[in-house]
Amino acid sequence: MRAYLVRRLWQSAVTLVGVSILVFVILRVIPGDPAKMLLPEGAPQAAVEALNRHLGLREPLWIQYGLFLRSVVQGDFGQSFQYRSPALRVVIERVPATVQLTLTAMALTVLAGVPLGVLAAVRQRTGWDYASTVLAVLGQSLPNFWLGIMLALLFGVTLRWLPTSGFGGWPSLVLPSITLAAFPTALVARLTRSSLIEILGQEYIRTGRAKGLGEPRVVLRHALRNAMIPLLTVLGLQIGTLLGGAVITESIFAWPGMGKLVVDAIFFRDFPVVQTILILSATIFVVINLLVDVLYTVLDPRIRYG
Amino acid sequence: MSRIARQPMILVGGLILAAVVVASAAAPWLTRADPLKPSFAQRLKPPQGFGAAAVYPLGTDNLGRDILARVLHGGRLSLVLAVTAVALAAGIGVAVGLSAGLIGGRLDDLVMRLADVQLAFPVIMLAIAIVAVVGTSAAALVGVLALSGWVLYARTVRAAVLTIRETDYVEAARTLGAGNLRLIARHILPNTLAPILVLGSSQFATMVLLESGLSFLGLGLQPPQPSWGLMLAEGRDYLSNAWWLATVPGIAISLVVLGANLLGDGLRDLLDPRLRQ
Repeated sequence: MRAYLVRRLWQSAVTLVGVSILVFVILRVIPGDPAKMLLPEGAPQAAVEALNRHLGLREPLWIQYGLFLRSVVQGDFGQSFQYRSPALRVVIERVPATVQLTLTAMALTVLAGVPLGVLAAVRQRTGWDYASTVLAVLGQSLPNFWLGIMLALLFGVTLRWLPTSGFGGWPSLVLPSITLAAFPTALVARLTRSSLIEILGQEYIRTGRAKGLGEPRVVLRHALRNAMIPLLTVLGLQIGTLLGGAVITESIFAWPGMGKLVVDAIFFRDFPVVQTILILSATIFVVINLLVDVLYTVLDPRIRYG
Repeated sequence: MSRIARQPMILVGGLILAAVVVASAAAPWLTRADPLKPSFAQRLKPPQGFGAAAVYPLGTDNLGRDILARVLHGGRLSLVLAVTAVALAAGIGVAVGLSAGLIGGRLDDLVMRLADVQLAFPVIMLAIAIVAVVGTSAAALVGVLALSGWVLYARTVRAAVLTIRETDYVEAARTLGAGNLRLIARHILPNTLAPILVLGSSQFATMVLLESGLSFLGLGLQPPQPSWGLMLAEGRDYLSNAWWLATVPGIAISLVVLGANLLGDGLRDLLDPRLRQ
């Protein structure tokens, strides 16, 4: 158990170092003249020179990378020149909005996806099953930027039930979170169905039924619990999908989170902010997957003692 | 053939995809209208059946361009970009997976760590960052898409190599003097073909989504090109008075993605039931 945790911690650390190298390569090496890119357009030559010295851009690449890593570890991601304050602070101010949106979407995903999958599995090859499969296939095929626009058209423009943009109270959260949740919900529904069907064919389920357990108890207590294990991994991986999906969803609904910030920052050529968001979102992803793996060992003793 | 007939998903998905591909390829013959030429007198004409003359079957956009022509020509762009990206991603991924699996050691470690690192970024964020640095040309777009997709193939092929390498028949072939190249060509690649095919068709859907998503955000194809994602973005400003602008390209994207997903699922069930999640 301890060896497993140590190995996973080590892997996560290596991945994070790799993340920093990749960001360094994309934003510092590929552009050729990063100082120009990291400063607002038309910055005076003296400022370019000063930044060149500060970033050590006359030094060999590996020294530049060392300096980059040191400032990142110290939380110095540079100045956002769109907001004229430290990039990290600008990004962190937007984190709560994104967290609120992704958590709501995640809750929707679990609350809709799991029951849909269970229904399809226990009513296999009936109308319920086919209806849930069709829903799931649609959910995976509708592009979220189109779904969002169509939801806004229907519920915002035509019916006038819900606001189509902005941030304030739960009504403004409804359309963005449904838009964001559609794809992972479909995925979770399909996965729940297939993994539950497999488990319902197992011996211990037959034993449970034979000793007279009620069907709800067999399905919910014995089968679903075991089906949750692969589901947990997928949910962990969906954090990445949600963070990525938030980029588009937030842009559609003018939701003031990290996703909208990164798109705005690109158009503003505010690279310190882009760099901060890249590193932050990758770190969130790595940490959450580490937590999922730890949770795994709690849920599945085979891993703990294996 | 009879096995394919028992997989209705392959048939339905394939038919949907084929219809879109044929319609896009035949765009110049299906419509005479110019997808790029604005006509300000004809702005925002609704589709046929919604109160307009039959000249514009799917209506016109905010610049008076024929939407049917734009959707069909846009399909050519989207499909070619996505196919190129999938082919590139598969090529890179297979090559990397083969070398990692066969050579092993440090190279293997390096490649697999690289895959972990890349998977830590939401694809669209990575794509956005790269496009922002290298610019929004079609070539850059294909490069970004391919870069986002190689990991899947590399992992799959590597895993297959590791399994197949240990089998008796490979051992036998090696004893008989077969070199690495011959092993790859005769024994390993044929055994990885099925999963690659399955991955490719599902990934095609992802690529279409990603390309139109980037174009939607203004980071992919640029105006006045008739890209589906761009058309959606332009249509968003006219939701209240001209719903068809955003509806038509959205249906086109959904059809392609639906077709490719069904095809991918069907192929997976047909070729490799073990891949079923």
